[in-house]
Amino acid sequence: MQHLLNVATVTSVLLLVLVLVSVRRAHIRVEYSVSWLAAALVLLLFSRAQFLVQAAERVLGVGSAPLALLMMAGAIFLLIFYRFSVIVSRLRDDNIALAQRVAILEYHIQSIRDHANG
Amino acid sequence: MIRPAGLQSLLVIVPAFNEQGAIGGVVRDVLHSMPGVPVLVVDDGSVDDTAFQARAAGADVLSLPHHLGLGGCVQAGYKLAYELGFEYVIRLDGDGQHDARDVPRLFEKLLTSGCEMVIGSRFLAANGSETSVLRAWGIRFFRLVLRPILGQPVYDPTSGFVGVNRRALGVFSRSFPLEYPEIEALVVLQRRRFRFEEIPCKMRPRTTGVSSITPVKSLYYIVHVLLGVFVNVLKYERRLHRSGEDAPRGI
Repeated sequence: MQHLLNVATVTSVLLLVLVLVSVRRAHIRVEYSVSWLAAALVLLLFSRAQFLVQAAERVLGVGSAPLALLMMAGAIFLLIFYRFSVIVSRLRDDNIALAQRVAILEYHIQSIRDHANG
Repeated sequence: MIRPAGLQSLLVIVPAFNEQGAIGGVVRDVLHSMPGVPVLVVDDGSVDDTAFQARAAGADVLSLPHHLGLGGCVQAGYKLAYELGFEYVIRLDGDGQHDARDVPRLFEKLLTSGCEMVIGSRFLAANGSETSVLRAWGIRFFRLVLRPILGQPVYDPTSGFVGVNRRALGVFSRSFPLEYPEIEALVVLQRRRFRFEEIPCKMRPRTTGVSSITPVKSLYYIVHVLLGVFVNVLKYERRLHRSGEDAPRGI
C-alpha cells in the first residue's frame, strides 16, 4: 500500500512539473492546463493523506485501498477526457464554420476580381 | 460568378475530393442535361487537379481551405447557394456514379411536388443499379429504423443525389450533419415537418478513383448514423415539449 502511495505521489508531482513546464513553454494554454493541474493536486493529496484513501475505500465499498486509489485516479482522468472531448468538439465545429466562411469569402473576392478584369 | 435567375433558380452542386478523373465528365454531363444551369463544384481540399478540371469543364469552384469531410463540404455549397439567393439546389456526387440525365426529372419533381426534398432513389424501381451485399443490408436496416421515425417509407436513405428547395436550404445552411449526412438530414427535415419524395434514378459503377468504404468504416458508419438519428430525434422532441408548439416549422 505504502509503495503504491509513493508511486502515486511521484506520478502526480511529475504530472505537475510536466504541465507547468508545458504552460511556461506555451505548449498548453493556461485555461487547458487547469484540469491537469487540479487532477495532479487531487492525486497528490490522496497519495499523501492515507485517511482520505481509506474513506474513499469505505464510500466506494471496494474493500481495498489501492483499488480505491486507482478508481479515484481513473474517475478524475475520465472527467478530464470528457472535458477535452467537449472542447475538441466545439473547436471542430468552429473550425469547419471558419473554413466554410473563408472559402465563401475567397469565392466572392475572386468573383469581384474576375468582374473587374472584364 | 454564378447568379440566380428567375423564381425557379437552380444550382447544381457537386462535392468532390480528389476526383480529377471524373469531375470534368460530371460537370459536362450536367451542363449537357441542364443547359444554362450553373454548376458549383465544392472542392474539399483535393490534392490533385480536381478544381482545375472542374473549371475547365465549365463549373464554378468553391475551394475549401482544407479537407472537411462530406457534410462540411456539402454544407459549404448550401451556404453559398442560400446567400446567393437560389431557390433550388440539386446535389450529386463528383465520382460520376449519378447519371446527370436524371437531374431534369429530379428538378421537375421538386417544382411540381412542393416537397422540401426530393431523393434520387436507386431502389424505388428495378433500374439496374448495383450495390454491394453489405451495403444493401445496411440500407435495408436503415429503412426499418427510419420507417417509424419518418412516418413514411424511404427506399434509398443513403442516396447522395438529392434536391432541396429554399426552405430546406435555409435549414441546412445553418445546421447540417457533418459526417455521413444523408440519413441524419432526413431526420432533421422530418422533425420540422418538411416533406420528401423519391424518384427512381440509376446509379452507375465508379470508373475512376477509389471508394473509401471498408468493412470497418461500414460498421463505424452504422453506429455513427444510428447515434446521430436518435440524438436528432431526442433533440427536436425536447424542443417541441419546451416550446409547447405543435411542431417547429421553417428555419
